[in-house]
Amino acid sequence: MSAFSALGDGAVVAKRNLIKIKRVPDLLVFTTLQPIMFVLLFAFVFGGSIQVPGVNYREFLMAGIFAQTVVFGATLTGTGLADDMHKGIIDRFRSLPMSRSAVLVGRTFSDVLNNVIVIVVMSLTGLVVGWRIHTSVPEALAGFALLLLFSYAFSWVMAFVGLLVPTVEVVNNAAFIVLFPLTFAASTFVPLESLPSVLQRFAEWNPVTTLSEACRALFGNVPSDPSLRNNSEAWSIQHPALYTMLWAVAILAVFVPLATRQYLRAASR
Amino acid sequence: MTDAVVAEGLVKRYGDVTALDELSLSVPEGTVLGLLGPNGAGKTTTVRVLTTLLRPDAGRAEVAGVDVLARPREVRRRIGLSGQYAAVDEYLTGYENLDMVGRLYHLGRRRSADRARELLERFRLDRAADRPVKTYSGGMRRRLDLAGALVADPQVLFLDEPTTGLDPRSRQDMWQVIADLVAGGTTLLLTTQYLEEADRLANRIVVIDTGRVIAEGTADELKDRLGGERLEVVIADGARLDEVRSVLALVGAGEVSVAVRARRLSVAVNGGTGALVDALRRFDEMGVVVQDVGLHRPTLDDVFLTLTGHAAEAPGDDDEDADDDGVPAGKDRSGRQEARA
Repeated sequence: MSAFSALGDGAVVAKRNLIKIKRVPDLLVFTTLQPIMFVLLFAFVFGGSIQVPGVNYREFLMAGIFAQTVVFGATLTGTGLADDMHKGIIDRFRSLPMSRSAVLVGRTFSDVLNNVIVIVVMSLTGLVVGWRIHTSVPEALAGFALLLLFSYAFSWVMAFVGLLVPTVEVVNNAAFIVLFPLTFAASTFVPLESLPSVLQRFAEWNPVTTLSEACRALFGNVPSDPSLRNNSEAWSIQHPALYTMLWAVAILAVFVPLATRQYLRAASR
Repeated sequence: MTDAVVAEGLVKRYGDVTALDELSLSVPEGTVLGLLGPNGAGKTTTVRVLTTLLRPDAGRAEVAGVDVLARPREVRRRIGLSGQYAAVDEYLTGYENLDMVGRLYHLGRRRSADRARELLERFRLDRAADRPVKTYSGGMRRRLDLAGALVADPQVLFLDEPTTGLDPRSRQDMWQVIADLVAGGTTLLLTTQYLEEADRLANRIVVIDTGRVIAEGTADELKDRLGGERLEVVIADGARLDEVRSVLALVGAGEVSVAVRARRLSVAVNGGTGALVDALRRFDEMGVVVQDVGLHRPTLDDVFLTLTGHAAEAPGDDDEDADDDGVPAGKDRSGRQEARA
């Protein structure tokens, strides 16, 4: 009954969040404009000066931008919850006989749908600037699924943060401080080998790197000549998809209970 | 008559601040209890404990015969809560808000939809039903919020400052809506800063201050304790305050309070207009020029002056549990959030 009602109640809450996307389309416009802007800026501004051996930079770039965008997209979960706290809607939810985790389940689910829309828009932009998928449909779908899985896990981190510091501005600032290093000290926009050695060690084990690398492999945006490919011997780089999935599972295992506990607590101060 | 709400010895502390200090109260089934107190008295904290949103540090509570601490979910099935912050989603329409609440009470698709339409009509929101709440006035939002509390036909209803921040007309309107509900036999616990509101809606009133019950009774009983009506005079010449004070002491029934700079004096009177006429005659004989004079019903300030010896001001904005701050409807809860941080 509990798991069933968590899903049922979660669906009701998710529907509410999705109606908001419909009523405030600016929100979606801006969340999609930003990655489009990133694709265009990196492709045309840095594209000429960043050399990736054996592969066109625009092809290399796309997986990185996908990874960065879905990680940043998770911030939406935190700001959405902080906003609900602020406006007292969480109190109303908590006074109802609904499942305790429904608000979080619904919120994280609607944010995944939001990310799907963003990924579609970005893919189209990528196609326009010359990005292509060179592998099979199942492999490409696996790549997109991995992006969504990781962003879903990250949504729970942001849910925790959003409930911890209940103003939207603080959530945004806190997220930026963490997410910028995480998404830039990685192979999102430049190849691993180009980083200084200390940073390279960090980047090798950074899940945003492995998410980008896994997607590159699944989309076929890697050099066809194996000798030009990434020569890192780190286990994470050798098994990027598996390593990224392990991270996602670990994040969920830690942050689902943490965020749920914080939800019950934050609202009862 | 059984009690629909029972609270015994509730204690809640936030660091050094004691929000609830051994607070006890009860609401018999089918009656209305007005919880009256100034900002920061602990009204909202009491409601939050009784509606399972907050766990007290000590004490016990029962709502609709169910232990609040042991079986919170059972309690939530039986109650409706409408807070002072109009917790409705402004991007959803009025209908969508109520339908969502119905679904979360697990009424099922059909019943949630029917109930939403029914309540919208009853609260005269049917014409605005399919408009986003963003476009609603403060009064409409409050009515919608109240409707949200009624979706599942709760056995016990909690209204936390239902009219704070409303303009006078919307307040009258809201009072009518609540009075109709009460006439239907709903058990209601209502918090308010306004004696007039408690007077009009409640069968019994509990006055609280700094987390403690300081007085309890019907509206009439409380007013009698205050010495009924008060005679208030503003005189033209500040030098004659003492003479006027002794006249009022004679005419009135209680201590005369004096606001020196405002040249205003007031005293509780029993004789009503008789005392007023008497006082004016004496002033006339003495040649005291009166700028303003009037009889008025006791206000919350008077209750507080009499019961606690201090005015009904918020004890301080730095109070960590600034739970009863009077943020007007429609505004967000930033004041509260900052106070919490």
